[in-house]
Amino acid sequence: MSTFAVEHPIEASPKRAKAIRRRREATPASVPAVRRGDALDVSDLPSYGFGTRSLMWWGTLGMSTIEGVGFALMILVYFDLKASARVWPNEAPPPDLLWGTVNMGLAFLSMIPNVLANKAADDHDLRKMKFWLVVVTLVGLALLGVRWLEFHALHVKWDSSAYGSAVWVLLGLHTFNLLTNIADFIVIAALIFKGPIDGKRFVDVAENTGYWWFIVLSWIPIYVTIYFGARF
Amino acid sequence: MSDGMTAGRLRAMWAQHALRERAGAVVGRGEGLFDGPGWGSKAAHALAKTWADKPGIRGFLKANDHKRTGKRFIVTAFLFFSAAGLLAALMRLQLAFPDGRIVGPDLYNQLFTMHGTTMMFIFAVPVMQAMGIYLVPLMIGTRNTAFPRMTACAYWLYLLGALTLWTGFATNTGADAGWFSYVPLAGPEYGTGKRVDIWNNLVNLTEAMGLMVAVDLATTILKMRAPGMSLRRMPVFVWATLVASIMIIFAMPSVMLAANLVQFDRTFATHFFNPAEGGDVLIWQHLFWFFGHPEVYFIFIPALGFVSTIIPTFARRPLFGHTAVVLSLIGTGFLAFGLWVHHMFATNLPELGKGFFTAMSMMIAIPTAVQIFCWIATLWTGRLHLRVPLLYVLAFFVILVLGGMTGIMVGAVPFDLQVHDTYFVVAHLHYVLLGGAVFPLFGAFFYWFPKVTGRLLDERLGRCEFWLFFVGFNVTFFPMHLLGLAGMPRRIYTYGVETGWGTLNLIATIGAVTIAVSMLLFVVNVARSRISGERAGDDPWGAPTLEWATRSPPPPFNFVALPVVASRVPLWAREADEPTHVSGLSAQTREGLVTTVLDALPDVRYSYPSPTIWPFIAAITVVLWLYWSNVTPSGMWYGLIPPAIAFIAWYWPTKKETAEQLLLQRRP
Amino acid sequence: MTGGVHDVQVPAGAQAQAIAELWHVLLPVCTVVFIAIVVALILALRRAPRITENAAPDVSSLWQGEPRIARVVWIAIGLSTFLLAVLLAASVFTDRALAQLPLADALHIELTGYQWWWEARYDDPDPSRLFVTANELHVPVGRPVIVTLVGADVIHSFWVPSLHGKKDLLPGRRQTISFRADRPGIYRGACAEYCGYQHAHMTLFVVADSANDYEYWAARQRAPAAAPTSDAAKRGHDVFLRRSCAMCHAIEGTSAQGRNAPNLTHVASRMTLGAGTLENTTANRAAWILDPQHFKPGANMPPQNLPPDEILALNAYLGTLE
Repeated sequence: MSTFAVEHPIEASPKRAKAIRRRREATPASVPAVRRGDALDVSDLPSYGFGTRSLMWWGTLGMSTIEGVGFALMILVYFDLKASARVWPNEAPPPDLLWGTVNMGLAFLSMIPNVLANKAADDHDLRKMKFWLVVVTLVGLALLGVRWLEFHALHVKWDSSAYGSAVWVLLGLHTFNLLTNIADFIVIAALIFKGPIDGKRFVDVAENTGYWWFIVLSWIPIYVTIYFGARF
Repeated sequence: MSDGMTAGRLRAMWAQHALRERAGAVVGRGEGLFDGPGWGSKAAHALAKTWADKPGIRGFLKANDHKRTGKRFIVTAFLFFSAAGLLAALMRLQLAFPDGRIVGPDLYNQLFTMHGTTMMFIFAVPVMQAMGIYLVPLMIGTRNTAFPRMTACAYWLYLLGALTLWTGFATNTGADAGWFSYVPLAGPEYGTGKRVDIWNNLVNLTEAMGLMVAVDLATTILKMRAPGMSLRRMPVFVWATLVASIMIIFAMPSVMLAANLVQFDRTFATHFFNPAEGGDVLIWQHLFWFFGHPEVYFIFIPALGFVSTIIPTFARRPLFGHTAVVLSLIGTGFLAFGLWVHHMFATNLPELGKGFFTAMSMMIAIPTAVQIFCWIATLWTGRLHLRVPLLYVLAFFVILVLGGMTGIMVGAVPFDLQVHDTYFVVAHLHYVLLGGAVFPLFGAFFYWFPKVTGRLLDERLGRCEFWLFFVGFNVTFFPMHLLGLAGMPRRIYTYGVETGWGTLNLIATIGAVTIAVSMLLFVVNVARSRISGERAGDDPWGAPTLEWATRSPPPPFNFVALPVVASRVPLWAREADEPTHVSGLSAQTREGLVTTVLDALPDVRYSYPSPTIWPFIAAITVVLWLYWSNVTPSGMWYGLIPPAIAFIAWYWPTKKETAEQLLLQRRP
Repeated sequence: MTGGVHDVQVPAGAQAQAIAELWHVLLPVCTVVFIAIVVALILALRRAPRITENAAPDVSSLWQGEPRIARVVWIAIGLSTFLLAVLLAASVFTDRALAQLPLADALHIELTGYQWWWEARYDDPDPSRLFVTANELHVPVGRPVIVTLVGADVIHSFWVPSLHGKKDLLPGRRQTISFRADRPGIYRGACAEYCGYQHAHMTLFVVADSANDYEYWAARQRAPAAAPTSDAAKRGHDVFLRRSCAMCHAIEGTSAQGRNAPNLTHVASRMTLGAGTLENTTANRAAWILDPQHFKPGANMPPQNLPPDEILALNAYLGTLE
C-alpha cells in the first residue's frame, strides 16, 4: 500500500492516521508532499513555519533548557549554602522587597505586548508587529532599569560573604539573560524597521517572544529564592 | 512487503530516473533548477556549484559544511589525543622505577592534569560529537546540520580553548590541580598564579562548544530526517547521538557554572568555596560530578552506537532487539544523572544517601547488559565477516565488560572507600573509557574511513596495530588494579622502594610503550592509505544505513536526491510501492527538508545558512572576552562589546539572502 | 626504611576485615559473570559461518520475531539483575557491619591535615593528658579508635588500607572515622586526595601496639621535652630557639610554641621524617634541616642556612627528644 499519497501517512495505524489528519486540518496551511512516480515532490511546501515547525524553535528550546538548568543549579547552590549556614543571611539584612516586586509586576505586564507581538507575527501583520515589538522592548528596558535598583536593594556586596556572592550571581545570571533577550529584540526591531524583510523575520519575532516567556517564568523561582530565601 | 532489494539495485533505480529540471538562471518557484536523482545530471552539477566552498583561506574559514566541520574536529581531537598520550608516556616513564627523577612534582602535577583534562574535555567528548556532526546528516538523509554556522563557530571556540590550555602548559603555566580541579586546591588561596584560570577558560570554551553542537545535533535529528524515517526506523547511532546530545544539554551547564563560580572566587573575591565566610567546598564536587558522571556516559553512549552499527554490518543481519537497545540507551541516559555522588563516597555526606547511589550505580549496569546480550545474540544468529572494525568491537566486549565489573565493585560504598583515589580506579576508568569508547572509536574509524576518504585502511597493518593496542592496553592497565589494592594512591609523582610497587609499575610502563607503538602504526596506516590505499566504492562493507548510498567521499551536498526511507535498514530492505527519493528542492540555493518529529513527514523547505566569516570572528571575540575578564574585572563588561557586534553581524541577513528568500518564499 | 603493611587484601582490623569479606563476594561473582560473557562471545564467534561483504543480508528478522533467542536474552537479563541485587545486598550488609563497630572505651584522636603533613591531637577528658604529635600514630590493639578529621587548608584524605577505607579531611566540615587494629604491626597510610606538590610524600604510619606498649608510648608523649644535658644538646637547644625553627615548630616544655609545622617534642621517637620522606636517622635529620627542598621540593620548610657546627648541635639536641 502506497503510503505517500496525499492523505495517507506512512505505516500509520488508523488511530495515528486520524490524529495526523486532524492536525493537518487544524493547520490548513500545511501542505503535504505530492507523489509523482517514485519521487516525493516537495516544491509546494512552505519555506518556513511557526512553532515546532521551525528549527529555530527547537534551537531556542535547547538554549532555554541550558539556561534553565543553570538557574536551577544556582538556586540549589543558594539553598545548599543556606543549609550549612548557622545564620542566614550571614552578616546582611534581607533584600528590600520593593524593587524586586515591581520587577515581577513589570514582567507580568510585559506579557501583554509580548503575546500581542507574537500574534501579529503569526498573522503576518507587519504594522502591529512593529508596534508591539517597540512596546515590549521599552518595557524590557524599564525592567533593566529597575534591575539596577534591585542590585542596590540587596544591601550586601558579592565579596562580603557566601550569601552575598550567591544573591549577586543569581540575580546576575538572570540579568545577563534579560540583557541578551532585550538586545535580541532591539536587533530584530532594527532589521524589521529597516526592511525589506522575508517571512523568516516573522518567525524570528515569534521565537523571541517565546524566549521572553522563559525570561519571565524563570524570574519567578529566582525572585522567590532571593527575596524569601532570606526571610524563612 | 519487501523484495529484498540490494543497495546496488536501489542506486541503479535512482540513477535511471529522469529528473525534473527546468532551464533558467533565476531562482524561484516554478523556475530554476530543482534537484532529483542522477549523478551526471544538470541538477547534480548545479548542486555541486551551489554547495562548493570558495577556495583558499577565506573559504576555509567561512565553511560550514558539516563534513568539513566534522573532519576538523576529528583531526584536531586526534592530534590532542596523541599529545595527551605522550604526556601519559612521560608519566609512565617517571613511575617505572621507585624514586624516579625524570620529572619533578611540579611538572608531574601538570602532566596528569593536562592528560586528564585533554583526554576528557578536548578529545573524548568532542570526538564523539564530531562523529555525530559528520555522520548524522548522512545517516538521516539530509544535506547539512540544522545550525551549521553555530557548529562552525563551536569548532573555533574549541580550537582556541585547546590552544589556550596547551599554551599555558608550554609556558609552565599549565593547569595543575587535577583534571577535576577540586577546591580549595584550585581556589584563590592555594591555586596560585594563572594556572587554574586557564583551566577554567578551557572548560568554558569546550563546554560552550559542546552545548552548541548538542543543540545543533538534537535539532537536526528531531527535525531533518529523511521522509519515512520515523523514530522507530531511526538508526541506533542516531538515537545514541540524540540521547548524548540531550544529556549534554542538561549536564554541561553544571560544570560551566562551577568553573565560573571558582573563577568569581579567584577574580572577584566571592566566597562560594570559602568556609570561613559561609562557603562550602563540597558545592564544587556536587556541581562537577553532576556533570562529570553523565560526561562519561556521553562519551560511552555514542560508542555504543558505533557498536550497534558495526555489528549488524559484519553479521549480515539487522540488530537483534533494536527496540530494546534503543530503550536501553535512553534508560542509561536517564540513570546516568542519578550516580554522581559515587565520586564523593569519602566525604561526609549522609550514609543513607550514599547507599541510594550505590543502588543506582548498580542499576545502570542493567541497560548496558541488555545491549551486550542483544549484540551477542546478533552475532550468534549472524554470518560473520571478520574485518578490523569488528575486531575492535570484539575487544570492546572484553575490555568494557571487565571495566564494568570493576565499576560495579567500586559502586559499593565500603569497597570504594578502600580503592577510591587509588590506581584501582585508574585501572577501572581506563578500562571503561578505552574499552568502552576508544576501541569502538577505532573500529568506527576503520569502518567509516572509506566513506570519508574514498580509500580503505590497510587490513593487515590494521590487525597488527589492533593486537599491539589490545595487548599493550591490558599489560598497562591490568596491573593497576593490583597496585590500587596494594595501597598505591593516585596522582603521586614518585614512591619509595619500600612500598614494593616497583615491579607492577614497570610492567605497566612496558605496556604503555606498546600502546605508543600501536598508535604510531595507526598514524602510518592513515598516512599511507590516504595516498595509496585501496579505493573503496560507495559501499565497501555492504552496509544498511543511508551514508553508504552516496559517493565516497560524499559530495558537499551529500545526496543528489534526498532519500525516502521505508525500513530500519534502508539499503537492505524497502517497500515495493514506496517513493524512493525527494524531488523539488532547489539546486541553485542550499535547500533541505524539515520533517515532522515522530513520523518524518515532509513539512517545510529549509534554506541552509550560507558560509560566512562571522562564526570565526565571533569565536575570536568570545575568547578575547574571557582573557580580558581574567586580566581585569571590568573586562567582563567591556569585553562583551566585540562579541555583541560579531553575533549581530552573524545574524543580520545580507541583501542577497533576503532577495533569494523572497523569491523562494511560500507562506505556511 | 620500613614500608609498613598496606594491603587491602591483608586486613589487620575489624573494618578492613569487613571490607575484605565484601571483596571476597564481589571478586568471584564479577569474575564468573565476566567469564560467562566472554565465553558466550567466543561461542557466538565460533558457531557463526564466515562470509564476505557481498553476501546478501538476512533481513527476515524485520518482520519475524525470534522467540528462542529472545527467551535466552530475557533469562540472561534476569540473572544479571538477580546477581546485581545480591551484590547490592552484600554492600548494604557490609555498610551495616562497618557502622556497628563497638565504640566503648574508644581512643579519641583529632587528625588535622596540612599541606603536606599530619597533626594528631590525642584527646582525653582530662586536659592534662592531652598531647600532640605528627605523622605517626600509635594505637592500642583491640581498642576502638575514633579519629575526627579536620582539613586545615585543602582537601586531604586519611587512608590506612590495612585498617579501614578512607575518609576525606574537608575544610569547613568535620567527620569521624572509627577503626580498631586487631593485630600488632606497623601500618602504612597515605593521603589519598591530591593536595598539591607533595601529595606523594604525605605518608602516615599507624603503629598498633599491645596495650602496655601503647600506654608506655602515650606516657612518654605526654611528658614535655627532656631538658638537654650534654653541652652539644644545650647548644642545640639555643640554636633552636634563636634561629627560625621556633617560628613554626613547637617543643613542649620550651618557649618554642609554633603551630605551623609538626610538633617536635618527641621527634626522635618517630620512624620517618617529612611524613615518610626520609628514614629518621641522625644523618638524614641533618640533611633534612639543611635543605628539605632537596628531598621534598615544594614543602613549606625553607632551607636552613646554618653553619655546620650549629647543625651538629641542633641535631644532637633533637636526638635527645625521644
